[in-house]
Amino acid sequence: MSFFSYAWDWVTTSANWHGSDSIPQQILAHLGYCVLPLLIAALIAIPAGVVIGHTGRGAAFVVNVANSWRAIPTLGLLILLAVYLGFSVLTWLLPLVVLAIPPILINTYEGVAGVDPDVKDAARGMGMTSWEQVTRVELPIALPLVLVGLRTSAIFVVATATIAAYIGLGGLGRFIIDGLASNEYGPVAGGALLVVVLAVLVLALFAVLNRLVVPAGLRAQAKLGRTE
Amino acid sequence: MIWSWIPQNWSLIWQLTWENAKLGVLSALYGLIISLPLGIIAARWRWFYPPTLTVVNIIYAVPSLALWIALIPAFGLTDTTVIIGLTAFSLCVILPNVVAGLRAVPAPVRQAATAMGYGPTRRLVMVELPLAAPVIIGGLRVGVVSSISLASLGQLIGVSSLGYLFIDGLQRSFPTEIYVGLICVIVLAVVCDLVLVGVRRLLTPWQPRRQVALAQWPGLQRVALRRRAA
Repeated sequence: MSFFSYAWDWVTTSANWHGSDSIPQQILAHLGYCVLPLLIAALIAIPAGVVIGHTGRGAAFVVNVANSWRAIPTLGLLILLAVYLGFSVLTWLLPLVVLAIPPILINTYEGVAGVDPDVKDAARGMGMTSWEQVTRVELPIALPLVLVGLRTSAIFVVATATIAAYIGLGGLGRFIIDGLASNEYGPVAGGALLVVVLAVLVLALFAVLNRLVVPAGLRAQAKLGRTE
Repeated sequence: MIWSWIPQNWSLIWQLTWENAKLGVLSALYGLIISLPLGIIAARWRWFYPPTLTVVNIIYAVPSLALWIALIPAFGLTDTTVIIGLTAFSLCVILPNVVAGLRAVPAPVRQAATAMGYGPTRRLVMVELPLAAPVIIGGLRVGVVSSISLASLGQLIGVSSLGYLFIDGLQRSFPTEIYVGLICVIVLAVVCDLVLVGVRRLLTPWQPRRQVALAQWPGLQRVALRRRAA
């Protein structure tokens, strides 16, 4: 339990909530590092996943390459870019985008590729164009999985933005990295706790989002399915 | 890129690669060992799975680094701390695949096994687990690749891994070292991934290769299952 007591003591010390580099500031900085990479990754991975899922072309690529892609160590990429580019935006942006792409890509692909063939046939039979089939039938049906992908990426990015502090940037990692360097367990535990809280909040946010954007018909179907 | 650095530091590179491999592979294996019984229980008694999945999703959201930090008071800055954290992570990746794989075994196949006189345990070992193997190994592949990559972060809490090359390279502003670290992590992960592909082919020789490529990817089955059961 000593982790929680250390973390709690540190988080509830009021001095940590005021002045420069306070907890609120670092939380904002942390979120700042998360939003842009997620947006860019979504803009790349969702269309790519939809195209591959819809046409079936490149499926083997997704299946085989996306897994190896996870092997890229974010810390290594971040440090490599830091050595070449210093503190430019690209230094922290690129590794986080690389990190966020595979879950969104795989889940979007799975969602679109997994749409019931009968439903696809019905859409085509109604005279829908390819574009209409994708935007009005396949994407809405794939939406729950697309959200799973976005959620996974968001969690990864929130977790990994921590290491941006290692090359001297801000965010909650500041407390962890500085604390480790000076052998103070309090800020390390407190910083870690705040990252966990942030990640769990992301989880909750996506649970709410799921409720708001998933079409009512799909949810009704899911309920019916459960009684089977 | 200063090539001569590589042969000069060969033993260091080799040692770090070995340590990184040990952390990543052991974590994924422990994850599998814990996932199998849990997955078998969840596939058999359906009520067990939703609460388990909620717990798994929450553990999955806990960053490895934060989990390690929480474990430091108990286990110190050791391999054990890193392995426990990564085992938790792999568990979250592998368990859903064990359940998906077992649930995807067609009911007629199970019934046929029962009709041939197989008891529940024999049916599980001889019929259900072999049929679920491609999906389970699909999860294990994700687990091992992610664990190897994440293990390099262990260096941040002082546990020896390929992350040393990143950190040392940064301190000395020496890109060669960072490149070597990156390439070693990626090659190590891809080699382990390919070994698992080989294991899957050995374990399930009856499956045509093309079909397996998609079937072992859990998602497509997960989609079907979700539509049917969720």
